[in-house]
Amino acid sequence: MKKKGAEILIECLLKEGVDTIFGFPGGAVLPVYDVLYDSPMRHILVRHEQGAVHMADGYARATGRPGVVLVTSGPGATNTVTGIATAYMDSIPLVVLTGQVPTALIGNDAFQEADIVGITRPCTKHNYLVKDLNDLPRIIKEAFYLATTGRPGPVLVDLPKDILTATLNEYKYPDKAHIDSYQPNYKGHPGQIKKAMEFILSAKRPVIYAGGGVVLSNASEELKALVTKLNIPTTTTLMGLGGFPGTHPLFLGMLGMHGTYAANMAIMNTDCLIAVGARFDDRVTGKLDEFAPYAGIVHIDIDPTSISKNVKVDIPIVGDVKDVLKEMMKLVPKSLKEHKKSLEEWHIQVDNWAQTHKLSYKFEPKGKIKPQYVIERLYDLTGGDAIVTTEVGQNQMWAAQFFKYDKARTFLTSGGLGTMGFGFPAAIGAQIAYPDRTVIGIAGDGSLQMNIQELATAVQYKLPVKIAILNNMVLGMVRQWQEFFFDKRYSHTCISVAPDFVRLAEAYGAVGLRAKKPNEVDAVIKEGLAVKDRPVFMDFRVDPAEDVYPMVPAGQPLNKMLLV
Amino acid sequence: MRHTISVLVTNEFGVLSRISGLFSGRGFNIESLSVAETMDPKISRMTIVTRGDDKIIEQINKQLNKLISVIKVHDFTGEQCIERELALIKVTANAEARSEILSIVDIFRAKVVDVSPKSYTIEITGDEEKISAITELLRPFGLKEIVKTGRIAMARSPKQK
Repeated sequence: MKKKGAEILIECLLKEGVDTIFGFPGGAVLPVYDVLYDSPMRHILVRHEQGAVHMADGYARATGRPGVVLVTSGPGATNTVTGIATAYMDSIPLVVLTGQVPTALIGNDAFQEADIVGITRPCTKHNYLVKDLNDLPRIIKEAFYLATTGRPGPVLVDLPKDILTATLNEYKYPDKAHIDSYQPNYKGHPGQIKKAMEFILSAKRPVIYAGGGVVLSNASEELKALVTKLNIPTTTTLMGLGGFPGTHPLFLGMLGMHGTYAANMAIMNTDCLIAVGARFDDRVTGKLDEFAPYAGIVHIDIDPTSISKNVKVDIPIVGDVKDVLKEMMKLVPKSLKEHKKSLEEWHIQVDNWAQTHKLSYKFEPKGKIKPQYVIERLYDLTGGDAIVTTEVGQNQMWAAQFFKYDKARTFLTSGGLGTMGFGFPAAIGAQIAYPDRTVIGIAGDGSLQMNIQELATAVQYKLPVKIAILNNMVLGMVRQWQEFFFDKRYSHTCISVAPDFVRLAEAYGAVGLRAKKPNEVDAVIKEGLAVKDRPVFMDFRVDPAEDVYPMVPAGQPLNKMLLV
Repeated sequence: MRHTISVLVTNEFGVLSRISGLFSGRGFNIESLSVAETMDPKISRMTIVTRGDDKIIEQINKQLNKLISVIKVHDFTGEQCIERELALIKVTANAEARSEILSIVDIFRAKVVDVSPKSYTIEITGDEEKISAITELLRPFGLKEIVKTGRIAMARSPKQK
């Protein structure tokens, strides 16, 4: 029996184990939508293609499985670009399927034509234009293989309309993908691992700096085991939060620009820095030449380009974090008595830093609501048992500082690209993956408005995502920089002309709640958490003067922190 | 320091743009680039001449290797290799200058490939020094146009067993 390209596409996706597609129809992908009409594949109809990509991204971050997006050609495809770039920067596995004008029209400036393969070349791990239906099954197989293996990332497949309507008598979906030029290295070099272990055991002031790679390779158990065994103080990047338990006694909190005093001081004084699945981003290192000035550096990463890109590494180990940590564990000597004794002084020092400048803010029971207080109450009232997504800016930093993440894949944030408008659709994606878990989107009033149209999507699919709006009526992080570095010249950061978020939620058929005083916060959160059949906007009117501390000004070393 | 890097890539549309996009996107420079099919029509070879300190060259090598379309990257620096480029040089050739130009062409084992009443077009292959030497000798006669290919390179075979 002859099958159309569109049918073959959906069959391949089902064979790949895809259960959900996030998408938006249009002319060029109509053949696929026609197949979806009576297919078992679940399709989530979004309201903007950017929302579809962030939802697929949230789904992927929460589950570890690739997110799948289906959009039409031209504007449908170009609207995905920010979402793809977001996923690329954070190494999130996505397969983005875009419609394209028929092959005969490509290059003709046809209606709704865009060179999306050209546009997304620098922000995808790889991309394909399918020019022959016979290649489609292999390309789909390769797309999933590339997206999910090695250092994961988004892969785009562009599907001309005539390929989707062409027919094949028979086809075979390959069991395995094989690409000669792509052989990611999972096993770390044994000699390097041994050398690293010897160096770590000889160190007097070691620190582990864990990043998103720990989450991506599902290595949080291995990391916890090794850290606990070796008794090494551990900090994580923003992307690494949850990769190591936030309540663990050896956890120093996040490092970097808005990192804790203890984490940043530990970095500046360590003699042995062990970077695990992290990439020495500028928001982590501060001034590069003065980063970890006394440290020998061990760096475990699956991507060779991450190694010695920013910071010169002494013992590089190219490999999968999980594999390498397991190998390291095998090399831990039976007796660690001496090792532990030699770290005693260091632990006293680190504890001292942790006690001197804790994360803090001034709670005023009769005053305005402090945004940090809202986060703390969300943590307490959920018992920490929630998936939290964030937007970008102050809300993101407070969510990173004042909520404790004990499990990987419970903190979903746009770390690399810093995409405002990410958090709300990402929360929807996570809720679709886990209908019964509590999903909280921590939002600023600025970011939320960048993809607020997805409220209709959340209502349509009866998703009880809780959006906690830290509403300060300003673009808070930009305003903070203007306050510190631009003489308080608040150029275009006031957004007090905004919707009434409670009435807006109600207009969409969602629940809208508001707290204006600290003593109203708990009631709003409890009421919000109790809603099970539709989204909730919780509008917390917070103090607009509140800033994120500590702060390392851009380009300064990590010990030059501005403290509360 | 200048490096000649040979890159084997899958011979498919868009590959050149992946490579050049990598260089422009990451701020690496390309002094010259030449591309052609290899003996295997599924594979092309790009020879790229680039410049950078050790750290940049290391990144260039790693980033090239990271591209899915790249099969192999080889840096010729510090190796015995044959490097060649080809230049076409159009030079003003008046009656009184013609014989002198021809003797230069002869010395350099170049060829005159086109003649007009007022000019010669000269084809020369060689390494960069040779091409730059003949260019300088011809300059006084009046250079009208120069077209050069990028550099290509091949490792020398070992001379002993």
